[in-house]
Amino acid sequence: MSEWQDQSEIFNGTSDTALKDSRSADGNDRRGTTAFVFGEELADIADRDPRVAVLTADLARSNRAVDFQQRHPDRFLNVGIAEKNMITAAAGMASCGYVPFAATFASFAALLGCEQIRTDCAYPRMPVRVVGHHSGMSMGFYGTSHHSLEDLGIMRTIADLTVVCATDENHLRAVLRASMDHPGAMYLRLGRGRDPEVYPTVPEITFGRSIRLREGSDLTILATGSTVRPALDAAALLAEDGYSTRVVDMFTVSPLDKDEVVSSAAATGAVLTVEEHNITNGLGTAVAETLFEAGVSGARFKRLGVPDEHVLLGPPAALYAHYQLDATGIATQAKELMR
Amino acid sequence: MSLSTVRPATAASPELLARKAMFIRLETVRLSRIAGAGHYSAVFSAAELLAALYYSELRVDPENPRDPQRDRFVLSKGHAAIGLYPVLADLGFFDPALLDDYTRLGSAFGDHPDMKKIPGIDFSSGSLGHGLSIGFGMAMAGRMSGADYRTWVVLGDGELAEGQIWEAAMSAGHYRLGRLRAVVDVNQLGIDGFTKDVMTVEPIAQRFESFGWATQRIDGHDLPSILAAFAGLPDADDGRPQCIIADTVKGRGVRRMELSPDWHVGNLVGADYDDVVAELSAGLSGGGDLR
Ligand SMILES: Cc1ncc(C[n+]2csc(CCOP(=O)(O)OP(=O)(O)O)c2C)c(N)n1
Ligand SMILES: [Mg+2]
Repeated sequence: MSEWQDQSEIFNGTSDTALKDSRSADGNDRRGTTAFVFGEELADIADRDPRVAVLTADLARSNRAVDFQQRHPDRFLNVGIAEKNMITAAAGMASCGYVPFAATFASFAALLGCEQIRTDCAYPRMPVRVVGHHSGMSMGFYGTSHHSLEDLGIMRTIADLTVVCATDENHLRAVLRASMDHPGAMYLRLGRGRDPEVYPTVPEITFGRSIRLREGSDLTILATGSTVRPALDAAALLAEDGYSTRVVDMFTVSPLDKDEVVSSAAATGAVLTVEEHNITNGLGTAVAETLFEAGVSGARFKRLGVPDEHVLLGPPAALYAHYQLDATGIATQAKELMR
Repeated sequence: MSLSTVRPATAASPELLARKAMFIRLETVRLSRIAGAGHYSAVFSAAELLAALYYSELRVDPENPRDPQRDRFVLSKGHAAIGLYPVLADLGFFDPALLDDYTRLGSAFGDHPDMKKIPGIDFSSGSLGHGLSIGFGMAMAGRMSGADYRTWVVLGDGELAEGQIWEAAMSAGHYRLGRLRAVVDVNQLGIDGFTKDVMTVEPIAQRFESFGWATQRIDGHDLPSILAAFAGLPDADDGRPQCIIADTVKGRGVRRMELSPDWHVGNLVGADYDDVVAELSAGLSGGGDLR
């Protein structure tokens, strides 16, 4: 193997795992990674379901839509670097019976394509699945133009739009399968395809219903997408300090599983929300609204996310550590909340 | 308003510019290694263009990077910033040692240029399709304020698929912004493959002309042609905006990268790194099939 050596070889002998993480940002080889099964899973679904179509905007290599393209070239559409055209074209296809998955970096899907999503997908209830991958700050040193720390806030404000975060490979498979018969438009928020495992097998899911991954009595951590794995790891760290932590995967951000939010607060008396998103108007805000309106009083509560500022640039792992979105940071914040 | 106090660029020889283009390529390789990833091929296609612009054509002053009278430059294909930073450092906009922290946590220097952090960057970019509108606004501001600076925008060919490019082209043509100059790096590829296969952007000249622009088509690796094209551009504020369509080869200078869709982002390791440095240090030879 020449120039395209695996990351582990490239950085052999260096302890800088942050750098190790930084390569596969767009358009390149993903040898050695398994998690980005977007194209493959959709190709499997398309073998059985003629409604599936996949669109992308010059990022088929990045999001692995190429895997779909190879197996179903007749239902694949690359529009070039034209995201708004892609999303509205998907709406047009949906009006003719297709269930189109339109995929690009989350920053361009949700921010650039926002009005197209609202007006052409959500309002007319078109079964378009807008797929925003490399969300949050997983593009690392690509900087603000490629960060997507506002997408949950924007998307969850749109009526008739289901907003879902994929947690890992198996969860993504479940989401894609279940999405086929879900009415109306969806926004699917994906990580960068290197998401560590949470679900050893493909889970049973229902949109709007969360998944309790760990039982606990002192505190509940509500996480979504990329923060679920570190939340579980944080719970293990907290156990060493004597705290019993419930962890819930709030993979549907809109509509929110309000029952689980309220009952978790009542059962554990403390709630920490964790998201790779601006602290404003994401999962934490949705949970706060729910708790306050439900009249839950006395529960300790904190939102952990990215502060309301444009974040630093750097390799993703370094950013997660810096903004306390890794296991250690989450555990630290949890202990602060419990103090 | 007073007119330009910015030192006019000194005309440079093609030989000097060829050395600068080599420097741009070598620095791109070096910085990519620091990051563990880099947009080699998008810089390599534009290396001669960037060298000619910064070492011969642009009226900018590293001592006074915010001079209101300076020429404006927008790298609309912002992912080529890794090739621009070394140029700005070399010209004295900032300490070259700062680049040793390229892409590290908290560095000013990431994959895309940031005007808030880096002297010499006139506008941040990274989201493709915005640059020509920025340039349109800058050129319009120049007209409104009576300044005589020129505005330069470097675009990718794949980027021309963005609708906003054509909104900007239409507006600049409508307002006859004669000091707006677009340079399109037609390196034939985007990420997913050849633009002619993914999304046709040709005929670029006719498209710009139909929006009221003047166009020239040149070999974007041939420095005398680039210099001649720049030298021939009219300077009047009221006139057709100017589009230079530069035929280039994505990855030019490193055989394995030339016109290869596998190298939009890559990382050279081990002996490959040394091989590529040696190949680049020998300078551009023939080849690099244009079109
Ligand atoms: C709005 C937007 N969509 C997608 C991307 C991701 N992207 C980065 S570079 C690139 C391909 C650019 O092709 P081209 O404009 O031809 O530039 P080249 O790299 O060939 O110089 C894409 C799709 C982006 N940066 N911005
Ligand atoms: Mg190109």
